[in-house]
Parts: sequence; C-alpha cells; structure tokens
Amino acid sequence: MVTLRVDEKEVEVDAGSTVAAALWNAGQKSLRRSVTGEPRGALCAMGVCFECRVRIDGIDHRRACVEVVRDGMEVETR
Amino acid sequence: MTETLSCDVLVVGGGPGGIAAATRAAEAGSDVLLVDEGGSLGGQIWRHAAHGPSEALAWLERLRRSKTRVETGACVVVRRVDGPFLAERDGKPVLVEAGKAILATGARERFLPFPGWTLPGVLGVGGAQALLKAGASFRGKRVVIAGSGPLLLPVAASLSRGGARIEAVAEQASGTNVAGFGLGLWRRPAKVSQAIRYRASFPRARYRTGTWVAAAHGSTQIESVTLCDGGRTWTAQCDVLACAYGLVPNVELPRSLGCAVANGFVRVDAEQRTDVPSVWAVGEPTGIGGVEKSLIEGEIAGLSATNREISGALQRRLASENDFAKRLATAFALRSALRSLATPQTTLCRCEDVALGRIDARWTRRQAKLYTRAGMGACQGRICGSALEFLFGGDPDHERPPVKPVSLSTLETLG
Repeated sequence: MVTLRVDEKEVEVDAGSTVAAALWNAGQKSLRRSVTGEPRGALCAMGVCFECRVRIDGIDHRRACVEVVRDGMEVETR
Repeated sequence: MTETLSCDVLVVGGGPGGIAAATRAAEAGSDVLLVDEGGSLGGQIWRHAAHGPSEALAWLERLRRSKTRVETGACVVVRRVDGPFLAERDGKPVLVEAGKAILATGARERFLPFPGWTLPGVLGVGGAQALLKAGASFRGKRVVIAGSGPLLLPVAASLSRGGARIEAVAEQASGTNVAGFGLGLWRRPAKVSQAIRYRASFPRARYRTGTWVAAAHGSTQIESVTLCDGGRTWTAQCDVLACAYGLVPNVELPRSLGCAVANGFVRVDAEQRTDVPSVWAVGEPTGIGGVEKSLIEGEIAGLSATNREISGALQRRLASENDFAKRLATAFALRSALRSLATPQTTLCRCEDVALGRIDARWTRRQAKLYTRAGMGACQGRICGSALEFLFGGDPDHERPPVKPVSLSTLETLG
C-alpha cells in the first residue's frame, strides 16, 4: 500500500494505482474546477482530455489518470 | 546537454502495432527504438500487457528477444523539418535521430456532447475500463454503459466482475445492425463465444440496441441519466455513466509530419508507407480495426522498413481484417439523432468552457478557435474537434506542433 496526501487528508491505495484511481476510491470524483468554475473529473482516463488535472508535489496541471502514486505524494485538487 | 538518442528505425507507440513493427524490424537486424508515452508497453488495448492475454505476452517476449530498445514515459511531440524528433520525458527534452519512423499512435474514444456530459462520474467506456485497471474500485456502484461499438460488452463484463451493478447497456446502433454484425462473425467463432461470455456476466441488465443517453443529471456529480430509444424516454439512477461513441484515430503526429490524411485516416500504400518518405503508419491511424489489424500492419511496416519481403499470407490476413473493419464501421455508424442531443447551452469545448451555441456551423475549425477559443485548451481540440466533425462536418485545423503540451525549455531544444 502507498499513502498520499490529498487536500490535507491521507489516502491509502494499492501500489501501482494512478492518482485518479486513488481519488476515485477516496470518493472524490471531482478533481478540478473548469475555467468557469464547474466541477470536473476524469473523462478519458487515458491522458487525452486533460480533465483530471491536479497539482502534484507543487506542480500544476499533472494528469491524475497517468501519474502513478508514490508514497508521500502531495495532491491538491481545486 | 540535451539527451540525444539515435537509431535506424524509430517506432512511436507501444501498442500491438508498434510492438509488431519494432519486433519485425529489429529481427531483420536494424537498430530499433520503441518509444511510448505510457509507463509500460501494451497501449490502451493491452494495458498492463505483462498481465494481459497470451497473445500480448508472446509478442512482448518476442520483442524482448529482438533486442529492440524501449523508452517508456516519453512522448514524441514534433519533428524538426528533415531532422530529429523531439520527445519529452519527465519534463526533460529528448532528441531522437532516426533514419526511418513507424507511427503507431493508436486511437482515443469519441465523445459527443449532451446535456450533463461534463458532470464528474461521466467517463468514457474504455475510460471506465482504464480507471478500473488503474486501481479504481467500482464495487457496489450503479453503472450505465452507453454509446456505440463492440467495446460496450467487454467493459460491462469487466465492471460487473469488479462488483459494479450494471443498470443498463445502451447501444445506439439498431438491433438489425448489431445482429447483422454478429452473424458476420461466423468465420471468427472465438469472437462470438467471447461475446456470449461477456453478455452472460451481467445477467441483470438489458443490452438495449437502438438506445442512447439523451442527458445526464446531477448537481456536483452524476445522479441519473435520461435514456431514449427514439420513441420512449426514461430515467435510470446511476453513480457512473460510461459513454463513448467508438474510436477516433490519433493522427496528430502523422499530420504534423506532413503525412496525407484522407477521410480522417492516414493514407498508406500496400506496405504501410505514408506519403512522406521513410515514414510508415500502422494500426488505428490507418483505419479503426482492432488488435489483429494493428499487429499485421505492424509486421508489414517492420518488414518494409528493413527491405524484407512481405508474404502473400500476411497480405491476405490484412485484407480479411480490413473487411472486418468495414463491417464494423457500417454496423456501428452513428445515427443522426445524436447530432441534436446538445442544446445551445451545452458545453462543447470542455477545456475553455465554450457552449455549442457560440459556434457557427459554417465556420472552419480555425475560425471557431479564433472567435471562441474552442479547441485552444490543453487537449488541443482532441475532444471537441472530433465532436464538431460529427456535428457539423468539415476538416480539422492545420496541425500545430507540439502535438501535446510540453514545457518551453523542451521546445527551446529545437531552436
């Protein structure tokens, strides 16, 4: 198991999972706000649509569906 | 110093087509570099190929023995005119000098706008499958699967095995079309028995043909969908909607290299050569046809790129796969009713939040982009562009490399 921090909350997932899967399992389908403020979540889950962008370890616009979880990873959604 | 790799043959994309192409070229003695954007080989269809079907394992083993060099996690985004390819890996540039290139860039799902399609919990069909395989749990979730194509059944089956409650499977193609397609599979009994096994794994729900999702509802995430069969409409409660309308080929990189594209697909000759010298294309970018077609085309391109003879048997198998691809396209052709699901208020471009009503149907894609920003966001028009193509027709805008967003310092490398 791997532990990551998502918006101040600890989330445990199987090693090898993507960040999108970790957030999904934590009950969080909304991953970002669109340019007009709508909630958005993963759509294509294959790195194409960029709907699942989150901030990972301080870097913006990382695709949660292609980033694999690492112990101690810090994920911020908005 | 920028990392620079060189090879005789660069293969872009590590799905079945790229794996077969690299293997064949390396077996012929060429120095082959296979580059894939993902973390492991297999592409979308053989995701996590190391645990995949026996055919995937056999090809991976053959690839390993062929001495192909493999670079994963690297995305090829542009080529300097008659010069090296530029890729980005972990935010750093990698230049690739290659005499020949085989493009096996795969496909993505086609999404069409309908009211509510931007709600969290609305996923692609392959998207739901990908999320499941990436570690997401669907246990106890009520799922509606909709859209079109042969992917609906296997995804319903694997989500059901993962503990999801399949509420409905809605295929937009008519029952006549789907039945005709099924009958046409008599020469492929393995595919038929596979379909029967898939269908048996979600006995509770109906597989409805001639049915589509007219709208999704919810405040902060999806709560229900409206289904429609052309006459009746009804509502189904759900936690997840998996909905996509077949596949769209990834032709951005081939187009940016100057390869001719006709009717949405890269034009190739009998040896998979594109119109650009020393560039081949294989798999879904040349026509949506699935794993077998991709493997055969990959083999042909790998042989052609190394000046090896291509057997008549290989060409006959390709002809049979192309015939299958044609029947697939006809059976699952999209009905025109899907063009009127989105209202003028429905979001078309999800990156820039542009409503469909702001787009004039007569505009070119470039005009739509300049006047409204539709297609200007991070996905570079991959989602709204293929939707617009279905809704209004017309050609895509000229390809503007890089084909995926990269850092400015990576682009500087071309300077």
